[in-house]
Amino acid sequence: MKKSQLISTLTYTAIASAQLSFAETTITIGTVNNGDMIRMQGLSAEFENRHPDIKLEWVVLEENVLRQKLTNDIATKGGQFDVMTIGMYEAPMWGKKGWLNELSDLPEAYDLIDIFPAIRDGLSNDGKLYGLPFYGESSVTYYRTDQFDQAGLEMPEQPTWTQVKEFAMKLHNPEKEQYGICLRGKAGWGENMALITTMSNAFGARWFNPEWKPEFDGGAWRETLSFYVDLLGKYGPPGASGNGFNENLALFNTGKCAMWVDASVAGSFVTDPTQSKVHENVGFALAPMEVTSNGAGWLWTWALAIPSSSDAVSAARTFVTWATSKEYVALVASTSGIKNVPPGTRASTYDEKYLTEAPFAEITLQAMGNADPINSTKNPKPYVGVQFVGIPEFQAIGTQVGKLFSGALAGTSNVDNALKAAQEYTSRQMNRAGYF
Amino acid sequence: MNQEYRYHLIRVSQFWIRTAMSWFVALLIFFPIAWMLLTSFKSEIEAFSTPPSIFFKPTLENYILVDERSDYFKFALNSVIVSFGSTLLGMLLAVLAAYSMAFFETKRTQATLLWMLSTKMLPPVGVLVPIYLLFRDFGLLDTRTGLVILYTLMNMPIMVWMVYTYFKEVPTEILEAARLDGAYAVKEIIYILLPICKGGLAATVLLSLILSWNEAFWSLNLTTAKAAPLTALIASYSSPEGLFWAKLSAVSTLACAPILVFGWISQKQLVRGLSFGAVK
Repeated sequence: MKKSQLISTLTYTAIASAQLSFAETTITIGTVNNGDMIRMQGLSAEFENRHPDIKLEWVVLEENVLRQKLTNDIATKGGQFDVMTIGMYEAPMWGKKGWLNELSDLPEAYDLIDIFPAIRDGLSNDGKLYGLPFYGESSVTYYRTDQFDQAGLEMPEQPTWTQVKEFAMKLHNPEKEQYGICLRGKAGWGENMALITTMSNAFGARWFNPEWKPEFDGGAWRETLSFYVDLLGKYGPPGASGNGFNENLALFNTGKCAMWVDASVAGSFVTDPTQSKVHENVGFALAPMEVTSNGAGWLWTWALAIPSSSDAVSAARTFVTWATSKEYVALVASTSGIKNVPPGTRASTYDEKYLTEAPFAEITLQAMGNADPINSTKNPKPYVGVQFVGIPEFQAIGTQVGKLFSGALAGTSNVDNALKAAQEYTSRQMNRAGYF
Repeated sequence: MNQEYRYHLIRVSQFWIRTAMSWFVALLIFFPIAWMLLTSFKSEIEAFSTPPSIFFKPTLENYILVDERSDYFKFALNSVIVSFGSTLLGMLLAVLAAYSMAFFETKRTQATLLWMLSTKMLPPVGVLVPIYLLFRDFGLLDTRTGLVILYTLMNMPIMVWMVYTYFKEVPTEILEAARLDGAYAVKEIIYILLPICKGGLAATVLLSLILSWNEAFWSLNLTTAKAAPLTALIASYSSPEGLFWAKLSAVSTLACAPILVFGWISQKQLVRGLSFGAVK
């Protein structure tokens, strides 16, 4: 009897140990509601099948809400997330503060070298990588090939802003609700300021000189903002100061814009017959340059990072390496079609098949190759980032300056007053933060 | 006769003007909901087409997609538990507080009432970090218990005020008569005040339910996967890069539907409670 009890006890212990060794780890992933991210969510069953000991829980939120929530969680070590979707702006700063786990010693099959160097560098601080890129984007020029043909115009591979204005003037026909150009006007560091900053780079301006003094009182900024207000005011759609990415996408897809300069990720939307009425008549060119091509197109990536407050680092690491791997790219290609693979992160994605099937792929590849977050202005600058300044103060400064510039576009202010106020505000904030 | 006819004409025209105005205001208020409903049955390309299409081939694809992508009933259950739980707890506390303030008034009662209401004047984001830290330290992050406690505290000032106003209208003689018959506080509340003020209390319950159901700021900041209510589900369909207006409308319709239906069923009590007061 005692012997049989002992056997039973040992058997139960063995079963319990086995169950413990297969205990399920749940990881919570915070992400944004973009098409590529939703596709990743849809493929989570594939991951769970391969890793039965890991369960994925998704928290999908709007970008600004997610950013606020993640910042709160990571700064207070709330530990609500095991994987966070963050951008190129946050990754190096949060890594430097010790809020993120370093992603070193990745498996050889991951092929880190395959990831575009600019993207890799943008997610690193002091040579340490803090996020693995899920998809990347630059900015490009979309234009209506049918309207260009009718007007006898030809879009160069990389137009200048002056040429873009000439085209916009010729194609602007507000009576028919056809506008020469659509650009971002909605205030925000990631909205109008992303576009205006790349435009200012092209016009030879920069946010700060090497002593961190703002340069809105310079001639290049004056030229940039005057040009932007004039171009969009004269040849843009009505109410342009309220238009962001989505509003302009809706205008372009309904055939109301002859040209649109915005994120390369829109390439798959404007060529999608279920979304776009003009999908057969879209051409692609690089983002416009002017006195320089440095920083004419932006660089951004959404990356997956693991906060240091996570208690499931190993499982989280398994997930982020899978979701950003070549294997995942192949999985998307086989399940959703090659046009829908996450763009702009890996050189191997841009093989012949992809370049043939995705009409926007080549220009995206070229734009990603041109973008350099370190040398993105005509003159030297002290910050990293093409369309943003990689310092913690930039979110507040960028949004405030965005409001001032949006006001100039809407007509509630003018170019001179907006630049003067931007200079004063930025100087005050940078001085308070101890930069000079 | 002429005079009478003229009066009749004026009365009829006044009736029609009033009716037309009421319909106009009602339609104006209902328009966003109607538009959301219409958009939810459109394809994405129709959803953002200009001029907007009123006549279109309806599709259920957005609802099917929402069903495939999200566990709607998990979010809905969280909404139900959190809003009913906080309303129940809030009513329990509000009735007791209002009873004491209405029938045993001291010189500080009015000031206390005003102070309670003043907490509603504080912008919620101002206390986000302290509340977040408290939730973290007490293990309440992403829990329904945490939201029930928070929503109860959030709606308490309004609930106390409303119940206090209804109780104040009850003649004290009724309570005195009950006391003579040997009723004590709990019996006074259960057998005298609750039946007399049921219309007002129903209105308070409904208002608290609606406020808790629609609350988004705290639910978005304090929950992630387990306790997230329907407001968090709606937020998950808002996209910075991509036009998903039809899907967003479908999920919004699904989120609004339960409370709309509930409000529709109980609108008689709500209107009576809000307009007639406690004692008819």
